[in-house]
Amino acid sequence: MGGKSEVPLIVKGKRLDGRKADELRPIKIVAGTLNRADGSCYLEWGKNKILAAVYGPRELHPKHMQDNTQAVLRCRYNMAPFSVSERKRPGPDRRSVEISKVIREALERVVFLNYFPTSGIDVFMEVLQADAGTRCAALTAASVALADAGIPMKDMVAGCAAGKADDTIILDLNQEEDNFGQGDMPMGYIPSRDEIVLLQLDGEFTKDELEKAKTYAMDGCRKVYELQKEALKKKYAISKV
Amino acid sequence: MNIDRELKRHFIGRLIENGRRIDGRGFDDQRSIVVETDLIKDKAEGSALVKLGNTEVLAGIKMEMGAPFPDRPAEGVMMTGAELVPIAAPDFEMGRPGEDAIELARVVDRGIRESKMIDLSKLVVTAGEKVWMVYIDLHVLNHDGNLLDASTLAAVAALNSAWIPKYEDEKVVRERAKDLPLTKLPVSFTFAKVGNSIILDPILDEEFAMDARLTIATTDKHICAMQKGEIGAFKPEEISIMVDKAMANYSKVKKLLK
Repeated sequence: MGGKSEVPLIVKGKRLDGRKADELRPIKIVAGTLNRADGSCYLEWGKNKILAAVYGPRELHPKHMQDNTQAVLRCRYNMAPFSVSERKRPGPDRRSVEISKVIREALERVVFLNYFPTSGIDVFMEVLQADAGTRCAALTAASVALADAGIPMKDMVAGCAAGKADDTIILDLNQEEDNFGQGDMPMGYIPSRDEIVLLQLDGEFTKDELEKAKTYAMDGCRKVYELQKEALKKKYAISKV
Repeated sequence: MNIDRELKRHFIGRLIENGRRIDGRGFDDQRSIVVETDLIKDKAEGSALVKLGNTEVLAGIKMEMGAPFPDRPAEGVMMTGAELVPIAAPDFEMGRPGEDAIELARVVDRGIRESKMIDLSKLVVTAGEKVWMVYIDLHVLNHDGNLLDASTLAAVAALNSAWIPKYEDEKVVRERAKDLPLTKLPVSFTFAKVGNSIILDPILDEEFAMDARLTIATTDKHICAMQKGEIGAFKPEEISIMVDKAMANYSKVKKLLK
């Protein structure tokens, strides 16, 4: 977070992209877009473009990684070199290793891993174009891809961030707000269970601001969750003859 | 399956369910904390050893001259690394930092960076060209749980003792020129959720039993970083309770930093 920006990010209650403080960017979710994967999802969120694919449950190699009590969930969050302004070196960096870890931990809450001992379930997330909030978008897409793969789950996890810019709490930060704002709090939330499974924060929040950001992020996740369900319904809808 | 861990997990879980902890602490009690600074005083520009119960973390600060990030030409650079060296626990292995070490370094970094503890604007020698780079390196010496809080405290204490070397004729001369410019002192608090209970500062055996973990870094008035870990979940209201507890404990721990 860069602290206070020189240009105002919020003018007369409106953000630079015209949104209100508690408004999400446009989101489009399509389930089942990749033909080879067992489950997949394409997601657009603002200018973010993300693909998620699920392979498995399948035999896990190397064998020493197998767990005879449950399946091993492996997650990889990866950014394409052309997804950001300045080319990103291909391959995992420290940031993507950490994001892969927190996304995996969030998904482990909902997947019935104990149904598939010794096997592996792989979740791959590719950020094709990044526009702030990629970890929440990737988590959202991964949940849909897991459901699309028919993997037994308690529910889907929805992701959404809240943050702070110009001393105002805002929902779903865009690139400018992420770069020049005062704080960011990504969240993964399971609405039906009222459970927070991913939570990170950076910036400067008072206790009251944090409470407001938490409410915003949870509301955002509830809206994202509805879009996730719609995407699945759309794919599996029985066409009227 | 690790039998030893499974047994401990069940035992500790039952204990906590009954309102007790294995070392006799209350749920909101931290272990005793000892902070020693300047242990590596001949070579490092700052250092601190923190003992949080049996957990020991050594932090060292090295100052190097380098180029600023292109998008922040008028700021110095800080970087944090962590090594879970194999002397600290039987399951720490040799080799490149793994996922846990990376997360540790990044969470410590976030707490320090977001609190704006180091005044990076005062680390510029020539804007856009030469700035001081502050390297914070964490060496975990003994792992008995809650590496996150011990490491943050060690890093903050080491920075608090650190100095900037002289820079003469394009060379770094390892003699004290001035203190590292600091503003606030962040402190982090890690909570573990075991069953339906939340405990502060888990020891390693309690970490085997925990379902979820939340680390909160605070300064006197603000929350500056958070990180949830592990595969369990928190209820929204539990977050509020932990934030209150972290903020209430801040000044007590800050006193240990001279």
